[in-house]
Amino acid sequence: MAPARIAWRLAAVTDVIVETPRAKTLVLDVPGWPGHVAGQHVDVRLTAEDGYQAQRSYSIASAPEDATLALTVERLEDGEVSPYLTDELGRGDELELRGPIGGYFAWRSGDGGPLLLVAGGSGLVPLMAMVRHRAAQSSTVDTRLLVSARSSDEVLYRDELAGLAGGGLAVHQTFTREPPAGWSGFARRVDADMLRHVGPAPSQRPRIFICGPTAFVERAGDLLVGLGHDTAAIHLERFGPTGG
Amino acid sequence: MSEDARWLDGNALGGLLQELFGAEMTAAPHTCQSCGTERPVAAHRVYLGAGTVLRCPVCEQIALVAAALRDRHVVHLTGAWRMEMPRP
Repeated sequence: MAPARIAWRLAAVTDVIVETPRAKTLVLDVPGWPGHVAGQHVDVRLTAEDGYQAQRSYSIASAPEDATLALTVERLEDGEVSPYLTDELGRGDELELRGPIGGYFAWRSGDGGPLLLVAGGSGLVPLMAMVRHRAAQSSTVDTRLLVSARSSDEVLYRDELAGLAGGGLAVHQTFTREPPAGWSGFARRVDADMLRHVGPAPSQRPRIFICGPTAFVERAGDLLVGLGHDTAAIHLERFGPTGG
Repeated sequence: MSEDARWLDGNALGGLLQELFGAEMTAAPHTCQSCGTERPVAAHRVYLGAGTVLRCPVCEQIALVAAALRDRHVVHLTGAWRMEMPRP
């Protein structure tokens, strides 16, 4: 299939879901949407009255099998685009976007596993698309998901993840600032011992996807290389303050 | 490294590269002109500012500089690129 030249499309917001105090999911109807692969993103463009434009990339949270396209956006205090998307946009509003974009940070169930998915904060979004795709395909691929968040109320999709766990999907969490009361799990930054515990071992040759802020991704990637994982199997996607 | 590192990676250029070349290019390999490292575009460093700069993740040699002007993109490439585009 020859992809057409990438075009800006007008999407309609059909629903807004509050995920955490700082993050919302925009559910979109995009006429002519060609479909996507889990892990891909879209570019969103805002145009001011005077013609000034600001553009950012947001990961797709929904599975390719879902009827609607969903983006989960975390509000950055000094962001130029995310405060508009999380505070102003509502049902019935329109949004300009283009995509799907990316072919490197992407997973299809047919690619197989085992899978190791490591999320820093809202870096969970594209990895959730993979987990949802895996579930939609009734895949039993051995999948280990490690989510690092500052506190439990900052974990996206908490209830859904609890429901999806099992059947080959292991969900691990670590809280770096405020673990919930009575929490006996990980309560520190991602380190080598944690990654060894989560697995899979390098000998199982897992496909690895890590998404989060640049410094988080650098660290997790370096730790996994140090444990003996193949550099070519480690897929990284970083976001940062210039992405707000 | 501080938590607010000011660079991203080549995934962030997927939309721009698709606009420029008409194909998905984040998985395309680029070979550095300076140190010879071959990596997918996605594994390069990206600096966004008035323009866009893509750098080799090993030696920081510039791989691409792109500036969006009012009516056109101006793009400067170095090293070896392998691009696969759909035929019309």
